[in-house]
Amino acid sequence: MNIYVMLKQTFDTEERIVISNGQISDDGVKYVINPYDEYAVEEALLQRDAHGGTVTVVSVGPERTAEALRTALAMGADEAVLIDGDSIPGDEFSIATALAAYFGQQSVDLILGGNFSVDSGGGQVAVRVAHLLGLPHASSITKLDIAGGKASVQRDAEGDTESLEVALPAIFTAQQGLNEPRYPSLPGIMKAKKKPFQRLGLGDLGLTEANVAAKTNRLSLSLPPERKAGQILKGDPAQQAADLVQLLRTEAKLI
Amino acid sequence: MSKTFVVVAEVRGGSLRQVSLEALQAASIAKNEGDAVAAVLIGSQITTLAADLAGYVDGRVYAVDHPELEIYNAEAYFDVVQNVFEQVTPDVVILGHTALGRDLAPKIAAHLGAGQISDVTAIEQNGGEAVYTRPIYAGKAFEQKSFTGGPQVVTIRPNNLSPAPSVSPPGEIIEIDYAPSGSLRSIVKDIVRKTSGKVDLTEAKIIVSGGRGVKSAEGFKPLEELADVLHGAVGASRAACDAGYCDYSMQIGQTGKVVTPEIYIACGISGAIQHLAGMSQSRVIIAINKDPEAPIFKVADYGIVGDLFEVVPLLTREFRKVLV
Repeated sequence: MNIYVMLKQTFDTEERIVISNGQISDDGVKYVINPYDEYAVEEALLQRDAHGGTVTVVSVGPERTAEALRTALAMGADEAVLIDGDSIPGDEFSIATALAAYFGQQSVDLILGGNFSVDSGGGQVAVRVAHLLGLPHASSITKLDIAGGKASVQRDAEGDTESLEVALPAIFTAQQGLNEPRYPSLPGIMKAKKKPFQRLGLGDLGLTEANVAAKTNRLSLSLPPERKAGQILKGDPAQQAADLVQLLRTEAKLI
Repeated sequence: MSKTFVVVAEVRGGSLRQVSLEALQAASIAKNEGDAVAAVLIGSQITTLAADLAGYVDGRVYAVDHPELEIYNAEAYFDVVQNVFEQVTPDVVILGHTALGRDLAPKIAAHLGAGQISDVTAIEQNGGEAVYTRPIYAGKAFEQKSFTGGPQVVTIRPNNLSPAPSVSPPGEIIEIDYAPSGSLRSIVKDIVRKTSGKVDLTEAKIIVSGGRGVKSAEGFKPLEELADVLHGAVGASRAACDAGYCDYSMQIGQTGKVVTPEIYIACGISGAIQHLAGMSQSRVIIAINKDPEAPIFKVADYGIVGDLFEVVPLLTREFRKVLV
């Protein structure tokens, strides 16, 4: 099977967000593979080990993204492709157009991605790519079994579990609970250095800057209003419980 | 040039979803004088619901009613939407940022070659152009976005816009036939409804949430009892999910769901930055924790330092007194 994983590099979820000069500051920020994409990488490796084939991890991003791709190679992926993000806007239309152009040049059996990215969080790219390629998709999956050219998947739909049968090739996005991503091993890290790593530009994908022009613009950024610590209730637990309900009625007026 | 806004409304558990009315409100904020609004309702046996919906739509309601549309299927629902778009050409399509909306909206956007702004929490008019506010980094920051052109797709986060007011006279209902294609490549085989009768986490007005301090799956019982009394939903921190006390679908945080209820009751949750990102936009936060130094108290409006297994049942009793 030719298995592909769409991967994004994001800030570590421990990071606080600082805005300086109207931009999100990346000063000293630690980057990771988007946590949901990590499940996708792990699932790709499990499916390859069960059914044979290769796993290629693909990302659209700036040069620093190479580090995330190398981590995926160290986890066990076979090949990496970095599509030059400096010439492609961060708009989901643009990213999906570039990825679909890349996949259009490949022979694809299975494409996996994360349910959404923990930074911009639009949750659009994978479904857009599926549509552009004319492939069926299921998003937010928690189980994937492949047999006889078909995938049996379970997906999380707001707490309900849907079981679907999907004909391959297809695109799935990973939800938590799909698997437990492995850590890169030391031999894995050494081997990763020798694995194929391809860099592609817009021209290689047969695209021009006009093809990937952004459909949306960011006008400004803001931080949420800071919350202040409120009051710690006093007295014994029964008193605290009674006081709290009273405060919700009289002060917050929510009950 | 006048535009046409099309709201794709949603049925869940036999009722119209509140977020669909919020999406109609989004259309009325974003539209300019002379723009038209239409709505689409897809499902099975939805005659009554279509009439309900029409009561909020100053325009046409396209109802597509077929037994095979009872359950959401991306391909089937997309076929339906395409049929509707033959009747009404959309300039702006608005959906709820729900399981359905998150799945269907990007497919519509790709089909239309449209930009999409997802998970919108506020809309403002700026000289005839709509400006959309949405959280990034799960609410650690917000961005304001606009479209560079059309067509446009927008998804609305539940619980953030007020629902559209009713209109009189109601909108005109137009029924559209649906013929199943028979060549769907994805088929829903089964649905396990873990949530039937329960309030959806993202739409809940009150959330009772448990962390590592809940200690076990059984430990969630008192939280569920409190949530039941409050007609709320039960959520969890990542620590509780990772420990196997509850399902990942309950997780609130930067991974997991971002929620904005009126009251958020955090029980035995320390308050890691990833969790705070997912709930700190709640209107009132209540923290119950044994550790007075827990970071959750720094964002809580009301804090109780104590054992949740003692405090939560007492709260249930007190709420029951005033609510029943």
